[in-house]
Amino acid sequence: MIEFRQVSKTFMQGRATVTALDRIDLTIAENEMVGIVGESGSGKSTLLRLINHLEAPTSGTVLVAGEDLDALPARTQRARRRDIGMVFQQFNLLANSPVLENVALPLRLQGRRGRDRALQMLEFVRMADHRDKHPARLSGGEKQRVAIARALVTRPRILLCDEPTSALDSGHTEEVMDVLRKVRREFSTTIVLVSHELETVKSSCDRAVVLEEGRIAAHTDVTPPPPRERSGSYAQRAAEFLA
Amino acid sequence: MSELLARLTEYRGEIITSIVETGYMLGNSLLAAVLVGLPVGTLLYLARPGGPYERRWLHSALNVYVNVVRSVPFLLFVVALIPFTRWLVGTSFGTTAASVPLAFVAAALYARFSEQTLLDVPEQTVELARSLGASPLQLVTRFLYSEARSGLVLSLTTVTISMVSYSTIMGVVGGGGVGDFAIRYGYQTYEYDLMYATIVLMIVAVMLIQGAGTLLSRSLDRRGR
Repeated sequence: MIEFRQVSKTFMQGRATVTALDRIDLTIAENEMVGIVGESGSGKSTLLRLINHLEAPTSGTVLVAGEDLDALPARTQRARRRDIGMVFQQFNLLANSPVLENVALPLRLQGRRGRDRALQMLEFVRMADHRDKHPARLSGGEKQRVAIARALVTRPRILLCDEPTSALDSGHTEEVMDVLRKVRREFSTTIVLVSHELETVKSSCDRAVVLEEGRIAAHTDVTPPPPRERSGSYAQRAAEFLA
Repeated sequence: MSELLARLTEYRGEIITSIVETGYMLGNSLLAAVLVGLPVGTLLYLARPGGPYERRWLHSALNVYVNVVRSVPFLLFVVALIPFTRWLVGTSFGTTAASVPLAFVAAALYARFSEQTLLDVPEQTVELARSLGASPLQLVTRFLYSEARSGLVLSLTTVTISMVSYSTIMGVVGGGGVGDFAIRYGYQTYEYDLMYATIVLMIVAVMLIQGAGTLLSRSLDRRGR
């Protein structure tokens, strides 16, 4: 589904050249959920942004469904990008638009109406009751669920998640990860999850790639953690965890 | 006081005419601000070094236009523009001719203001538009203008008020308007109360414009609620 062949990416920082990624080889199969972990500055976000060509590789090739986006004209690149959903650390919702419009936006960009489909996706992330609210009135977890609904509204085959839970507290993290696992179960979406939180990756990914200074330092299958009783409130979980 | 009222009644026709003239000049200026200034400001934003569609030469060219128009003293600008005005509207005298330099200034002012307003839109909004495969036009209309709309309204309000002030000197090319009325019927005939009454009228008008702009901008801004 996604293939990196000897991919390097360098940036100019003033006069210095910074290597973000160094000759990466990586294959991600269809319907896989892969975690990319690493410290900040390890290149994990860059790796993710190469998949939907928000960044162009300096050398090497990134193939998505056998196609090299870098070789396509801008218009086709934009069209391909619409088949790849993306979820951001800061949610990136439009603050002046109500929830329903935010979710319908990707369809509107394609000239489709999208209201019904958007409502359906809001049901899926259990946010339909909030459809007329503006993002400022939602909690972080709720915002991220809306952002996931938006990313899924076009039925993408790939979902890219860039630190989707890093701005959230632990209760909301669980809420969002539950939704992502459900996405994979019900839509067979290939999910690439970038995170520095090891627990988040362990709880949901099949496989993890550890990046260090732009190189793959380790590559491992993930053993899911033993199922834990998850009790409702923050206070209960805090007491449980700390005891 | 009754004297002033009597004079205001006497000049009622001229006052109404001058208000209509000012409105006409303002209307033309705002049209130029929205139809020319906003696109220029948007291009300045998009084409800036490091912007979403970097085009250095385009950015420099527009920057020069905005800076030149804004830096020439307005009265000199009006005079210097006369040949162009005559070519464009067939005369260099009257309210329509007076609208030409005003339109240039309004467009340049609003270009700068709208550029600055767009710079306040979070970088993530542009990132989102790109990830959703938005075209350049969609980026502007569906993302940038939507998120910046309250700021765009506020800065258009500021431009409007500046244009009220600029329009007062258009008497020099026969543009008329409220300012011209105050000078000719108030100042030059030593009827200072008439001049002050006109000034008060303009202050009230500016306050109303600002109030309306603030109200509209606030109702459009959902970023905090």
